[in-house]
Amino acid sequence: MSGPSTYTPNSGFEKWLDQRLPLPRLMHDTVRTYPTPKNLNFWYVFGGILTFCLAVQIVSGIVLAMHYKPDSTLAFSSVEKIMREVNYGWLIRYIHSNGASMFFLAVYIHMFRGLYYGSYKAPRELIWIIGVLIYLLMTATAFFGYVLPWGQMSFWGATVITNFFTAIPVVGGHIATWLWGDFAVGDATLNRFFSLHYLLPFVIAAVVGLHIWALHVPGNNNPLGIDVKSPQDTVPFHPYYTVKDAFYLVLFIIFFAVFVFYAPEFFGNPDNAIEANPLVTPADIVPEWYLLPFYAILRSIPNKLLGVIALGAAILILAFIPWLDTSRVRSCRFRPTMKWLFWFFAADCLILGYCGSQPVDATIAGISLVWIARLGAIYYFGFFFPIMPLVGLFETPKPLPASISQPVLGE
Amino acid sequence: MTHVTLRLALGLSLATGISSAALAQEIDTHRLPPKKVEFSFEGPFGTYDRAALQRGFQVYKEVCGACHVLQHVAFHNLDEKGGPGFTEAQAKAIAAGYKIPAEPNDKGETTDENGERLTRPGILADYFPNPFANENAARANNSGSLPPDLSMIVRARQGGPQYVYSILTGFHEKVPHGFKVTKDKYFNPYFEGWNIGMPEPLHPDSVTYSDGTKATVEQEAHDVVTFLAWASDPKMEERKQMGMAVLLFLVVFAGILFAAKRKLWADVH
Repeated sequence: MSGPSTYTPNSGFEKWLDQRLPLPRLMHDTVRTYPTPKNLNFWYVFGGILTFCLAVQIVSGIVLAMHYKPDSTLAFSSVEKIMREVNYGWLIRYIHSNGASMFFLAVYIHMFRGLYYGSYKAPRELIWIIGVLIYLLMTATAFFGYVLPWGQMSFWGATVITNFFTAIPVVGGHIATWLWGDFAVGDATLNRFFSLHYLLPFVIAAVVGLHIWALHVPGNNNPLGIDVKSPQDTVPFHPYYTVKDAFYLVLFIIFFAVFVFYAPEFFGNPDNAIEANPLVTPADIVPEWYLLPFYAILRSIPNKLLGVIALGAAILILAFIPWLDTSRVRSCRFRPTMKWLFWFFAADCLILGYCGSQPVDATIAGISLVWIARLGAIYYFGFFFPIMPLVGLFETPKPLPASISQPVLGE
Repeated sequence: MTHVTLRLALGLSLATGISSAALAQEIDTHRLPPKKVEFSFEGPFGTYDRAALQRGFQVYKEVCGACHVLQHVAFHNLDEKGGPGFTEAQAKAIAAGYKIPAEPNDKGETTDENGERLTRPGILADYFPNPFANENAARANNSGSLPPDLSMIVRARQGGPQYVYSILTGFHEKVPHGFKVTKDKYFNPYFEGWNIGMPEPLHPDSVTYSDGTKATVEQEAHDVVTFLAWASDPKMEERKQMGMAVLLFLVVFAGILFAAKRKLWADVH
């Protein structure tokens, strides 16, 4: 897609097709010849892995939906039927439930990679913004999906999250009632969450199409963060990156399979093996691990409305990174100050995640975790503003190599 | 959010029934860590001990089953691979020993002339029946406590098999000074809040094992926990076996791809 097409139809049929619906040309230019910087490292394999994750979730999810019943009196036992009576139902369900965690693990690595190498900077702003949209859709899909087994954590997680909307002044209560389809989370809520959980993955697939389209116009960024200068800087996507991505994909599947076969409940919560009961509240309501940093930010703010605003802002601020970063250099390899601040940010997200996983009144070495989460939240937002714009203005970047080929040849 | 948290915290203390006396005297009634006890089914190669499963089933049937349902287990599960290893004939006999609420008879009735529920003998397709008609009946027979479903108990508790074992064998710990056991509750420090609604269920020789194993409380608890672990995760053996084949294939496949990648990229500088 970037640059003129190099496709030549080989047969009469391909010529006929090319003048009517040039699908072979599209595939040829997108997958076969797409010029890709030859210096992409390990951290660039996660785009392909994420495509795989989406496909796995959709395929396993369609099969699960053939056996699942979105009815508050039947949902829990229909999931147990899948686990016990459906042929390989346990396998399909464990692939789907662990697949969600693998999907988020991969997307976080993918996002941090983009952040480190400045892949959001011109001319790739739209790739990044579309990516933030995909991430938002993923969290919504995962949330709806977590409600479906109708265990205690499903029910109470749904109750806590939908209650956020009641923080909105005046109309909040009405919005919550409208979302629930009832005056509390119940059968109507489960039914619509199932509908949306089935819909959104296909929306994600379409937006992923835009993400890849937007990528293939300017082409990949690379660890040096400099533009491709000549054909010597690139290799055709196939076979070079198809084989490299396939190798790392299989390593990823090995990691995935260890959880599916040997620790399938590792990311789960024992409370979700108890059927939803609106009269019994679990001791600790904890979201899934991939939402914990945001949960910590939410809890660190004593005002409900402000907490919900902070939670939303923590995700939405990502969409503004292309303009918050004022540096002319993309890659943190050549940004001595930003590099450190980036790693502090990564550590900060892990610390926030830990704070979110602990009870509200927990302490560590006598310090309340709520206060640690407050400091963490300040750095989280501070990293994007004012750190990002200011560092970009005052930092002296290291000299950039002349081309992608030059430092590789120099080694 | 603080508002929500407060409401949730209140709900919790009501739900688990932490006694206000204990809170007033500030005794930490958090449950003790579960006892360290090993089971055959742990680890990547662990399997269920077949004899323990059968003995454990006997303990469930003769002791636990009086109050606890095994909701998600069907009689046909008993002769399935990776399970207790009963033959089909044995599973059929076990099923026939249970009374299942009957379907309406040809007059459309579900009760006899005395108002008693009509029943029929169980078949392989049936699930273990609930010992009580409903939650109210269960609570009325257990001083207000609801005996939980046991088919998920090992998966539904933090600490899994060790936790269930500790509960079953944890009734003889010394009551700490100043802790008062609530009326109709029993002292068990492995249970959150220390007041458990279940009286001590297992005693020496609660069951008579046909294989000659001595029925100590520890033995009975260990056996029934093995059985309940299977009830929670009946496909575990199949899962672990398949995992080995899958991982072996993937490692070989990764090796081939690594070689292909190295050869392909050797000329790229």
